[in-house]
Amino acid sequence: MYEHLETADNTENLKRVVVEPVSRVEGHGKVTLLLDEDNKVKQARLHIVEFRGFERFIQGRPYWELPVLVQRLCGICPVSHHLAAAKAIDQLVGIDPVNLPIAADKLRRLLHFGQVLQSHALHFFHLSSPDLLFGFESEISKRSIIAVIESYPDLAVQGVMLRKYGQEVIRMVSGKRIHGTGAIPGGMNKSLTKEERDYLRKDIEQIISWGVASVALIKKVHCSNLPYYDDFATIRSNYLGLTKPDGALELYHGGIRAKNAQGETIMDHVDYCKYNDFIHEEVRSWTYMKFPYLLSMGQEDGWYRVGPLARVNNCDYIDTPLAELERVDFKAHSNEVMVHSTLAFHWARLIELLHCAESIKTLLNDPDILSQDLVAKGEKRYEGVGVIEAPRGTLFHHYQVDENDIVTKANLIVSTTSNNMAMNESVRQVAAEYLSGQELTEPLLNNLEVAIRAYDPCLSCATHAMGKMPLQLELINADGQLIDKLVKGSNGHINRIANA
Amino acid sequence: MAKTITIDGVNIPYEEGQTIIEAATTAGIYIPHLCHHPEFTPHGSCKLCTVKVNGRNCSACTFPAMEGQEVINNAKDLNDDRQKITQMLFVEGNHFCPSCEKTGNCQLQAVAYHLNMLDDHFPLFYQHREMDASHADILIDHNRCIFCTLCVRASHAHDGKDVFAISGRGINKHLIVNSESGLLKDTNMAATDKAAHICPTGAILIKHTAYQVPIGERLYDHQQIDQVSLNTELVDHDK
Repeated sequence: MYEHLETADNTENLKRVVVEPVSRVEGHGKVTLLLDEDNKVKQARLHIVEFRGFERFIQGRPYWELPVLVQRLCGICPVSHHLAAAKAIDQLVGIDPVNLPIAADKLRRLLHFGQVLQSHALHFFHLSSPDLLFGFESEISKRSIIAVIESYPDLAVQGVMLRKYGQEVIRMVSGKRIHGTGAIPGGMNKSLTKEERDYLRKDIEQIISWGVASVALIKKVHCSNLPYYDDFATIRSNYLGLTKPDGALELYHGGIRAKNAQGETIMDHVDYCKYNDFIHEEVRSWTYMKFPYLLSMGQEDGWYRVGPLARVNNCDYIDTPLAELERVDFKAHSNEVMVHSTLAFHWARLIELLHCAESIKTLLNDPDILSQDLVAKGEKRYEGVGVIEAPRGTLFHHYQVDENDIVTKANLIVSTTSNNMAMNESVRQVAAEYLSGQELTEPLLNNLEVAIRAYDPCLSCATHAMGKMPLQLELINADGQLIDKLVKGSNGHINRIANA
Repeated sequence: MAKTITIDGVNIPYEEGQTIIEAATTAGIYIPHLCHHPEFTPHGSCKLCTVKVNGRNCSACTFPAMEGQEVINNAKDLNDDRQKITQMLFVEGNHFCPSCEKTGNCQLQAVAYHLNMLDDHFPLFYQHREMDASHADILIDHNRCIFCTLCVRASHAHDGKDVFAISGRGINKHLIVNSESGLLKDTNMAATDKAAHICPTGAILIKHTAYQVPIGERLYDHQQIDQVSLNTELVDHDK
């Protein structure tokens, strides 16, 4: 729709505007705009400028380290990486999801619901609520959680407490709020004690009621300015995510479902272990983040969105009653089968938050989470694929190991990566529809960040370059004069720049 | 009347033939150490147990207790030196505690906490060291070896196998195994050997046991190394 703004035909004499860093998102990214003399936008890009390299340096490590090692990708959603890796290494010890002990399955789900709850609360209250409560172009002093605490103290406290509760669920199951252990090959290393379960139980009703209030708030914000919210940064896209076998919303384990912009099924209940048969990734030179697409639809049309909007759009129903009521309302507000509004990500996210709170309650009332039957083991395999719905969307972990249990190959498709094209499209939409031709001011540029923020991107998770990492080394003397310059290209060749 | 030495001004008894660290442990005084183990011949290589005996630096694990010794152990200058030694052990190898399966059960990590080591201080060497995962049950991660020789001594004295040795000198020093291929799988080592369980870091590990002990139940989760060491080593002394 706005692809023509990815690369300007002629960049000469164009003015460059940079938003760097993009704030209130996880990780580091920047937006660049190229404008002509009339401030018309000719090019708009979201660049991911950091590099991680996990896929490379986990090679050579024993596979049982993976859940603990790769969770260090992220401080916000480490549990998702921990569990995606755990699902993959279950297969390396011969355990498919159906063979995982029931207690381990439920404890992992509890852990994951805690994770999604805290991540969604963090994103909505700490990162996005200033935009939604004070306006996208509000003065800079209003654009932080501090301003929310001052103007809406009760709401801010709810946000903090919701997040804290999710973190406490994580701590009870995995030993630490951030970067615990928990999942081991074929199961879990502990169950909950009665004391731990009761500690979590005592607050769950309050958490559910705050979840209900959160959805009511975002619904009010969204619907009070419906045309704007339904248009801003909105793009029509395909959607991809896991669902249960009966089509219900699923965050931990299910088959892959993809629908197109009209709500027609592209694929359904597909075994995610075969993801490589239908998802490929494209590399572009100006960003470290890859561009995944559905192979059957090609690079041009095959990109898709993941995350709360995709999941709530894709599923047939939600299996917890309060969240299901909200889902029905959410779908009814749109005239289309699929809700394409990018700002509706927030609404869908809070419906999921409520679903997580309800699901945590169900699990805390389930005696299986106290069981000591926690680990199963089967025949060794050499390849494992783990896929999970992380807070930000479908997360793929794929590993191969050798006969000595050492990782030989790894591929991670991180949720935010799948939203790369969509985020760029939303940035281009906002640039074209809301900024182009205007004198750009700092508050106006926040519109670009609002568009990106709706996706709740985790840029630090999502940056995985293909090939060799390009590098530029400059030696500059005390007078600022360039003495020497070495440039390593993405093919790995190193060149010295003459006359440097 | 019992023979005595003083440690940090406190009179403690010793038996003839005891080293300073043995006398200290018996008396409930912790002297930081890594290469010392009460079951095996002292080695005196890690230097963490350096104390001042009548004003002179000595390794407490090798120096015999003798009448009239005034030993300084818990002093700032000694602990500062111990911290530096520990930092050097960290930068010489590749120790990534956050993902290491030994974390929480690791003597090197615990002694670093005990000495209040907050950073590496020295530049990391980033040495390229290989793993030996060839054995079905035992893993050697050379990145974490601090050359304490406990595995060498345990394999020799306890297991009667001589699986391990240290080869090379200085910065080229490395742990080798007793097989023509140089791989652990071609030695007679077994997972039940003492040498497989004695490593104070995560260099020698039993495969397929990682992270089975939950956070909160690991060796050093609730006690510092001084308490753990005194408790376990007193038991070893009594054997």
